[in-house]
Amino acid sequence: MRGRPHLFVSYDSEQALLPTWTQRVGVFLLLVFLVVLIPLQLVPGFGFLGEGDWMTLLGLVAIFAIGALGLHILSGLAGQVSLGHAFFMGLGAYTAAVLGGPTGASLFGMGLPIWVWLPAAGIVAALVGVIVAPTAVRVRGIYLAIVTLGLVFIGEWLFINLGRVTGGSQSGRRFPPLEFRLWGEEGEPLLDFNSDGAWFGVHLSSEVKTYLFLIVLLIVFAIVAKNIQRTRVGRAFMSIRDRDVAAEVMGVADAKNKALAFAISSFYAGVCGALWAVFIGRLIPEGFNLFLSVQFLAMLLIGGLGTITGTLLGAVFVTLLPRIVQDFTRLLGDTAEGSGIFAPLADVIVSTNLDDGGLISTLPGTSPGLTIFQFNLVLYGVLLIVFLIFEPLGLYGIWIRIRNYWKSWPFTY
Amino acid sequence: MELIAVLAQVDAPSAADKFADATASGLALGAIYALLALGLVLIYKATQVLNFAHGALAALGAYLAAYFVVTLNFPGRYLDFLPLTMQWILSGLFAILLTAAVGYIVERLTIQPMIGEPLFAVVMITIALDIIIRTVTNDLIGQATRSLGSPWGTDVVDWGPVTIAKTEIATIVVAFLSFGLIALFFRTRIGVAMRATAFDQEAAMAQGINAGRIFAIAWVIGAALAAVGGIFSSLFPRSGGATVDATAFFAFRALPAVIIGGLDSISGAVLGGFIVGLAEVYAGAYLIGDTWSFLGVGFSRIWPYLIMMIVLLVRPYGLFGTEEVRRV
Repeated sequence: MRGRPHLFVSYDSEQALLPTWTQRVGVFLLLVFLVVLIPLQLVPGFGFLGEGDWMTLLGLVAIFAIGALGLHILSGLAGQVSLGHAFFMGLGAYTAAVLGGPTGASLFGMGLPIWVWLPAAGIVAALVGVIVAPTAVRVRGIYLAIVTLGLVFIGEWLFINLGRVTGGSQSGRRFPPLEFRLWGEEGEPLLDFNSDGAWFGVHLSSEVKTYLFLIVLLIVFAIVAKNIQRTRVGRAFMSIRDRDVAAEVMGVADAKNKALAFAISSFYAGVCGALWAVFIGRLIPEGFNLFLSVQFLAMLLIGGLGTITGTLLGAVFVTLLPRIVQDFTRLLGDTAEGSGIFAPLADVIVSTNLDDGGLISTLPGTSPGLTIFQFNLVLYGVLLIVFLIFEPLGLYGIWIRIRNYWKSWPFTY
Repeated sequence: MELIAVLAQVDAPSAADKFADATASGLALGAIYALLALGLVLIYKATQVLNFAHGALAALGAYLAAYFVVTLNFPGRYLDFLPLTMQWILSGLFAILLTAAVGYIVERLTIQPMIGEPLFAVVMITIALDIIIRTVTNDLIGQATRSLGSPWGTDVVDWGPVTIAKTEIATIVVAFLSFGLIALFFRTRIGVAMRATAFDQEAAMAQGINAGRIFAIAWVIGAALAAVGGIFSSLFPRSGGATVDATAFFAFRALPAVIIGGLDSISGAVLGGFIVGLAEVYAGAYLIGDTWSFLGVGFSRIWPYLIMMIVLLVRPYGLFGTEEVRRV
C-alpha cells in the first residue's frame, strides 16, 4: 500500500482516528508546537506568544474550543440549531461555584476539589439538557432556535434571582481557584496553577501552567469528540442531520439520538462554562447571555460547519479577533499621529481627538465614532456575513482549497 | 406597567378597576408585539427567513424618529402651520420610510445572495445583521437617552373604570390601522403576487411573478412595521419615553408571540402578540407581593417564553401554523 495513502482495505483503517501518515505527522507536529514550542517561547518571531497576556488569551481559546466542540456535536453533527449554549455554560459555571467555591456569608460553596466540580459541572448541564430535550425534540428548525433562545432568557432570569448561588445581578461571585487538591488538605496544593514554579525542572509562569492544563483538557475533549463523530453515535447524528425521516426508517431512533446529542453537547458546554468562570475568576449572571451563544455559533460557521478541524480553527479565530482588532486599531492610531505616507489614510479611519470624525475612536468615553469594542462587534458581524456569503465552508473550506491546489500542482485542473 | 404600579399606590383601585386597567395596558403592549410579530411573519412567509435583526431595525426606527422630531425638527420646521400632532406624525413617517430603505438595502446585500442556502446560515446572517445594526444604533443613541417628544406626553384619560395613557390609545389605533393597511395591501396586485409566492414559489414564478422583487417588498414592509413597533415601544409608559439600547431587546419578546401564533400565520401573529402583551401585563400586575416573591425580578419578561414552550409541547407548529408534511 506504499504511496497510496487513500487506499483503505478495511473499514477500520478508513475510520481510524488519523488514517494517513501525513495526518499523523501533522498532528504530532501541531501538538509539539502547542505544548512545547509556544510555552517555551521557541517559535522564531512569535516568542511573544509564550508571554503572560498571550498565554492567557490562548488559554481562553482552549476553553472556548471545548465549548465549540460541544456545539459542533449538536449543530454540526446532529444539525440542531441551538442558541441555548450560554444557558448550559451558566449551569456548569454555577455548579462549579457551588461545589468548589469558597463559602461566604451569603453564598453557597462547598470547597470541594477540581476533580469533583469539573465533571459535576458537565453532568449537571447534561442532565438539564436531557430534561429540556422532550420540548426540543418535538420542534424542528427555526422553532428549535427560538425555544433555545427562550432558554437563554429563562436562564438569565434564573441566575439573576438565585442570589445565594450566583451572587446576584451586577455583582456576581468569585469562583473556585484553579488548583488540584486530593481532598481539602491544608497547605500547598498538589498542582497549583496560580503561582509560578518549576515542573519537571523547567521554570514556568502561572499563565503557562494554566495554559498547559487547558490545552491537555482540550486535546482530551477533541479526541472524544472525534471518536463520537467516527463511530456509531456520530453516524446516527449525521444521518438525522441529513434526512431525519430516512434515518428513522433505517432504524435510527430520532428522539433518542437528538436527546443524546443535547446531553453530550450540554456536557461540553457545562465543562466549558465552569472552566471559563474559574479562569476569569469573577462573573456576573448577565455574562451568560445571548451574545455568548451567538459567539459559539459564529465559531462553527466561520471555522466550517461539520468538521472538528474547522470548529477548532473557528474557536481560535473568533477568540483572537478582539485582540487583533484592538492591536490593529492601536497601530492605526499611532500611524495617524505620525507622519508616514499612510498617516492621512489612517486618520480617516481612526479618530484620535474629539473633532476628528474618524470611523473608530481610540478615546475613552463618549466621542464621535465607534469605540474599539463597538468596532469589534461590527467587524464581527461583517465577517460573519462575508464568510457565509462567500465561503460557506469557512476557514476549513479555504484550507481544503489550498490543499487541493498544491495536491495537483503544477496541474491546476 | 409602571403606570399601573403608580396608580395602585395612589388610590388603591378596586379589583375590577385593576383588571380593566391591566387589560387596557396589556392590549396596548400587545398591539406593539403584534406589529413586530406581523413584520416577522410577513418576512418569514415570503422568504422563509426568520429575521433576528427585527429588534435592531425597530431600535433604528425609534432612533431615527427621535432624531427627526427632537434634533432636526424635520419636516416640522418648514411646516409650522400644521398642528404639533401632524408634525410629529410626519417626522415619524420619515423615520419609518428610512428604516424601510435600510430594510431594502439589507435584503439586497445580504439575503438575496443566500436564497436556497440552509436555514442555519440565513439565521446566522440575520443575527450578524442584528449585531451590526444594533451596535451602530447604540452608538448613534449614545450614552444619553433620547426622548421621542410625542405630542401626547404623559397625558392620561380616565374612562370610568379604565385609566389609559393617550399614547397607548394611539398605539392601539396605529396598530389596527397598520393591520388594515396590510389587509388592503394583500388585495392589490403586488399583494396577490406576494401571497402566491408565499404559497408556492415555483408556481408563482411560472406565472411570471418576479420572486426576487417580492422578497424585497416583504423586507421593506417588515422593516417599516418594525419601525412603527420600535417607535411606539419607546413612548411614555415604556422605557421612560425614550429610545435606549434596550429597545432592540424589547423585540425579542415578539418572538414568542410569533411562535405561539404559528410562524406562517398572519392572524396567528396578531393574536399571539396580544396574548403575550396581556400575559406580560397580567403577570406584572398580579404576580407580585409576598406570595409570589419566589418568582423574583423580571418574571413577567420571561413568562411569554414559558407560555411559548407550553404551547409548543401541545402544538409543535403554534396555534395556527401549518403542520409540516414530512415525506420520505
